[in-house]
Amino acid sequence: MDPNAERKNWMSLLAKAPSGVLAGLWANYGAQPGFDWLRPPEIGGAMVRGRMGGTGAAFNLGEMTVTRCSLRLTDGPVGHAYVQGRDKDKARIAAQVDALMQGPGAADVRAAILTPLADQIQARRNARAAKAAATKVEFFTMVRGED
Amino acid sequence: MYVAVKGGEKAIDAAHAWLAEERRGDVSVTELSVAQIREQMTLAVNRVMAEGSLYDPDLAALAIKQARGDLIEAIFLIRAYRTTLPRFGATRPVETADMDCIRRVSATFKDAPGGQVLGPTFDYTHRLLDFKLAADGTVPEAPTRETEPAPVPHITEFLNKEGLIQSEPQSDTAPRDLTREPLELPADRALRLQSLTRGDEGFILGMAYSTQRGYARNHAFVGELRIGTCAVEMDIPEQSFAVEIGEVELTECETVNQFKGSKVEPPQFTRGYGLVFGQTERKAISMALVDRALRWKELGEDNAGAPAQDEEFVLYHADNIQATGFLEHIKLPHYVDFQSELELVRKMRADAMGALQEAAE
Repeated sequence: MDPNAERKNWMSLLAKAPSGVLAGLWANYGAQPGFDWLRPPEIGGAMVRGRMGGTGAAFNLGEMTVTRCSLRLTDGPVGHAYVQGRDKDKARIAAQVDALMQGPGAADVRAAILTPLADQIQARRNARAAKAAATKVEFFTMVRGED
Repeated sequence: MYVAVKGGEKAIDAAHAWLAEERRGDVSVTELSVAQIREQMTLAVNRVMAEGSLYDPDLAALAIKQARGDLIEAIFLIRAYRTTLPRFGATRPVETADMDCIRRVSATFKDAPGGQVLGPTFDYTHRLLDFKLAADGTVPEAPTRETEPAPVPHITEFLNKEGLIQSEPQSDTAPRDLTREPLELPADRALRLQSLTRGDEGFILGMAYSTQRGYARNHAFVGELRIGTCAVEMDIPEQSFAVEIGEVELTECETVNQFKGSKVEPPQFTRGYGLVFGQTERKAISMALVDRALRWKELGEDNAGAPAQDEEFVLYHADNIQATGFLEHIKLPHYVDFQSELELVRKMRADAMGALQEAAE
């Protein structure tokens, strides 16, 4: 088991979170832990790569916008964020959540933010999958009358 | 020759003020918001992201609004913005086999595992104007069907199992990047694919069509066309592990093409590949056809002298921002250039007239 698997999961979840949803959950969570910037939010790009033929060697597909930041909570843990888009508040919240998840309040943060976030993202994904499934072609063969 | 001339400032200011007014249009009509463009002009947004080579739907929608719907102008704005961004790094290659597909069709296998999923397609519409859209905006909800998440494997991999199709070479080397170094020929396939995926849709479509019409025909089947979202994973310097930094919508097209085989290879199918940001199906299919045509050398095929096989021709003319920059600069003042031509023509005419006069006398 990858020791970083859990952290990797929540960081990935935060990166993909719609800004409004994350901001709403954070506001509901209530606590506003004090922190110092290690690196204030910075907007940049990442070169997204694809594979030739879907399975082969890499090529450069194009960039995407990313915002990153790092901070240290007053009581210790360091949080990092690399999140899609140009929303600096989203990056800050993601880094704060990342830091909190390494502290004693992790269970609360998970219950208040990560779980509902994952549920919402999963629900949206399921809704699209269900619409796609409705457009799946069910072939049937016409009677050809040869026998 | 190009000489700076002063005196246009007032005219330019007035022109830009009028441009802003024209952009807004009739003020009795509600103003279009960036969110409306992003949500309702999605395919235009997708094209601007693909050719602007920057995945950010909000920025692309803003660019379309600013450009009054001129997509090449919008792409220009995105390209200019892109150059101001610090590059945080390159991602791991997206795994399109794990794509959350909303559309997936194959023209080669009817009963492929995962099925034929049409998705939100224009195909099978009658291409008749729908006047209901002009009247009101209510849309009935699309039907749904219960489904269990199941893998949707790449169709070409089935052919691969039998060795009937070329396998793709693997490599860990970082691909060359035409945004970091000038495009020099010969270009390897990675560079060609980067150039094609950000190339002008109309140009790539025309090139692809030319191969279908017989200029370097390679008889393509759409082995698979899929549209959906893929997670993007990047190694970040602060940690020893990779995290997903977001997800992008992609269109992928794999073509299955004829191949005679060679001295070392028995006959097997070959591949063309298209991968483009957004729902950009026409572009992805076109890209796959042109990719295949450009592979003639590595596949040991003859050069038929067709435009689509000519790497220099295709790659140096596919970029609509380069093209439009050079094309549109000729409308800017060339007064001195032209003055010299004028002098020259006058002199040549005078000489020619003189010669005629002499001959007549």
